[in-house]
Formats: sequence, structure tokens, C-alpha cells
Amino acid sequence: MFLIPCPYCGERDQSEFANAGEAHIARPVWRDDMTDREWADFVFMRTNTKGLFAERWVHAAGCRKIFNALRNTATDELLAVYEVGAEPPEVETVLPATPSGEALGSGNDAVKIIASGGSEKP
Amino acid sequence: MGRYSVFSLVTQGFLGHGGWKPVWRQPDPKPAYDCVIIGGGGHGLATAYYLAKEHGMRNIAVLEKGWLGGGNSGRNTSIIRSNYLYDESAAIYNHALNLWETLGRELNFNIMMSHRGVINLAHDEGEMRQLKRRIEANRLNGVDSEWLDAKQVQEFCPILNVSADIRYPVLGGTLQRRGGVNRHDAVCWGYARKADEMGVDIIQQCEVTGIRVEAGAVTGIETTRGSIRTPKVASVAAGHTSVIAKMVDLRLPIESHPLQALVSEPIKPIHPCVVMSNAVHVYCSQSDKGELVIGAGIDAHVSYTQRGSLDIIEHQMASLVELFPIFSRLRMMRQWGGIVDVSPDASPIISKTPVKGFYVNGGWGTGGWKATPGSGHVFAHTIAHDEPHPIAAPFAIDRFHTGRLVAEHGAAAVAH
Repeated sequence: MFLIPCPYCGERDQSEFANAGEAHIARPVWRDDMTDREWADFVFMRTNTKGLFAERWVHAAGCRKIFNALRNTATDELLAVYEVGAEPPEVETVLPATPSGEALGSGNDAVKIIASGGSEKP
Repeated sequence: MGRYSVFSLVTQGFLGHGGWKPVWRQPDPKPAYDCVIIGGGGHGLATAYYLAKEHGMRNIAVLEKGWLGGGNSGRNTSIIRSNYLYDESAAIYNHALNLWETLGRELNFNIMMSHRGVINLAHDEGEMRQLKRRIEANRLNGVDSEWLDAKQVQEFCPILNVSADIRYPVLGGTLQRRGGVNRHDAVCWGYARKADEMGVDIIQQCEVTGIRVEAGAVTGIETTRGSIRTPKVASVAAGHTSVIAKMVDLRLPIESHPLQALVSEPIKPIHPCVVMSNAVHVYCSQSDKGELVIGAGIDAHVSYTQRGSLDIIEHQMASLVELFPIFSRLRMMRQWGGIVDVSPDASPIISKTPVKGFYVNGGWGTGGWKATPGSGHVFAHTIAHDEPHPIAAPFAIDRFHTGRLVAEHGAAAVAH
């Protein structure tokens, strides 16, 4: 659970917002020779990124506006919000060093491997 | 390895229980295997077990980044049932249920399988029609399923509030008597013990960091404990399925979400079955230790953090107290989250891929535990023969291109 800074209303509890999935998925321009595979890629396939992820939120219990956000899905750190249609801004975040090598405190500590010295092994 | 029996128990009792041996080895990875399975949870270990037992592939390894059963296998609410609507789903879930019934004997390990019955409640007329349709579909597929009206529901589960004055009154429900719960850790340990006995290397604390592909075919795998040559890699990574698939540049129709569960303080036996409600949205059973095991919804956003949002469990507790007022003063003891890999049609993906030698078993979403033996069994066949098992064939990735979806949102316990 986290706070989301709505660009129109300011910082609010996440429970006020509805998530609208991955951002920047463009509907393909219709062509006569479009294949089922191309449509399926648009409709179903997702990057499901672990790490820096662009997504859409709707401030459902507030201004009801849609906006984009950048979030680190390995830690739920919310990094930036920006308008629909805009390019994602540059942000800094610590990405997982290996597929599950995120920093301690990220919420995944239960299955992390801690070397005897106390430092993180992957 | 010793066989577990009442005699071994008594013998060890006289010896002060000092003679029990570890039931699997802690091997270092070999330079090459015939097949490498990514993920040492229930599905991965079952896959390894059936590959070794039924297909004679014993030079294989299971790689686990943490410890056995430490992911979703140790985090689910262990509900077993097979009352799904479509033929394809009934086939795989009932295949699993048939295997569950004899699994404890087969593995010589007490998995504490309890066929105590699963009730799915209906709270409005639409849901009632939908559930009755599902009963008929189940019966045509040989899945045991019956309708209980509100009074019969209360007879089966006396602590349930079926009065007419709650916001969503219980109008009735379906009952699958063969459904129930089991002990998830024991299933993982049982599979691991037998797989190890047949020569499977189970390598824990070994994380996969890359998959080598040459000329469109898998040739090896990179791990935190060195490189391994192998012609076959099978991903059974649950919430991290997309992360593994990305290593071979494969995009999947899967999104990962946190799903939470919690347990109460232990109380005396009071809850005789499993009760699930999709509309009020909670599911609850009582473990043999006496704790209530309660689950419900996923967080709507993509996340790989194994926790979840408080508003989700607030809603879940409100639902629990409405259906079971008797639990209103019970304290909740522990809460946790797991990352579930949700597919668009709420059905799994058990499939070959465009990359030769790379197989995927994932997308089980919020309801994979019940399928563990069936999933492992048909996936092992798919890997060994490089051809899908007839039961697995409808769950190929291709269905998202052809449109032959197996839309099971109604039968999945978690609304998404």
C-alpha cells in the first residue's frame, strides 16, 4: 500500500485510486492484412516488468482523472506522475541486481538469501 | 532411504528419534543436465517427480532461488476442488483431484489430505443460476457437485450466518464433497523426497540469471552458482514467470499481483468445511492446528512485493464477519502476501514456446495449488515428449492468438 501524488489533487491514499494497467500500449492502426497475432499482442501480451514500470491510474474517488505513473514494481516505490500522452520523465531508482535481487526492505525478504556475513548474496 | 511406517516410528521412538536422516541431498549443480526446472515449489517438484518416475528422465535438476516451497506453495490457503465450468478445466483439475486422493500413499508421506467438502455460496439469483449451471456442467464431466439450499448449507456448516437480514443473504450454494484442504509444505517435501530418491538434483539458493539460446534453441542456463548446459528449460516460476520468459525475449499474457492470506489465533475445531463466497468475497477454512485460514482478493496493480494493501484485508475481514459473526472477536495472528501470475482468461498456460526447448507452466493466478499434481503430471509429459499432453493442449499460449480462450473467471475464487 502506498500514497499516490495525484497531479490534480495532491498526495492521497492508494485506496482512492483504480489501477488501469500498463501505460503506453498503442492501439494498432487498422490494416487489411492485420494478423490475429498482431491483435493478440495488443490485447493480451504485457511486459509485466519487475523494476521500472509505467502504468495508468484513475483517481476514482477524487477528481476521476486518468494519469500515468512510474513505479518500481520490485519495491512499490512511486517515482513520478505525468500526464497521459506525455513521455515518461527521467527518474532514479535502484533496480534489482538479479531477477529477485531487490534491496532488503522491499517486502520480499522472506525468500531472500542472506549470507552469513549479513551482506546480501544475490 | 527409509520408508516411513508405524514400525519405523516405533523403532525411532525407542532410539530417541536420533536416527532420522535428511530426506534430500544438498548437491552442487552439475555442468550439464537433460532438463532444468526453474522453481522448487509444488508444481516444479511435481514436474521433476513425474519426469523421473514416468518418463525416465533422472539426470535433471530443480533450481530454487530461496528454499523449497517458500513461494506461493507455502503461501496459499491449500483449498482443493475441481468444480470448474469448462471441459478443458474440468479435465485438468479433476485429473489433479484424482491424483491428490492417493498422493499420500504414493509418496509415502502424510500430506494431511482432508476431503472435508468445499461450499461455493450464492448471494443473488444471477449467481444462483450461474452456480446451478456449473453443477450441471460438472456432472457431465464426472465432477461431483451438488446444490444445497440455504437451510442445507447451514446444516453442513452450522456457524454460517444464513439469516435473511444480512446485506447479501445466502441463498444457497454448491458443494463438492471430494474437495477439501491439505498441508502444502508436506506436499513439497513429499515430492522432493521421492524425486531426490530417483536421482533428481534439488538445488536451493540458486537463482537463474539468464538462459542461453542459440539458433532458436535453448543450450544452457546461467545461475548464481555457475553455468549449466541443458537442452531443455522448464519455467515453473509462478509470479516471476514473465521475468524468466523475458530471458528468452518472450512476452506472455501474464500480469503479477500480490495476493494476501491470513490466519487467526488457533481455536477448537468449529469450522467443518471450506466456505467460499465470490460475491461477498472471502474464503475460509480451519487448519488442523485450529487456525482459521482466510483469503480473498488481489491488489489491482502489478507488483512483485510480497505484501499487499491494507484495504484489501479490511474488506476481507468485513466479509468474514458478515458470513461468520461468531468470528468477530477472533484475533488475526499472521498475514502475508504472495505474487500470483494472472492470465487474461483465469486459466493456466502449460505450453511449448517458439523457443525450442523452453517450456512454460504458469498463469495459474490465484488458484494453482489445487492443480499441483495434475499440473506437474501433464507438464512432465509435455517436456519429455516435446508434445503437449492431451489435457495440457488446450492451455497452450497459442490460444491467445486463435481466440480459443478457456474463460474461467466465474469458477476462479478470486475476482480479477
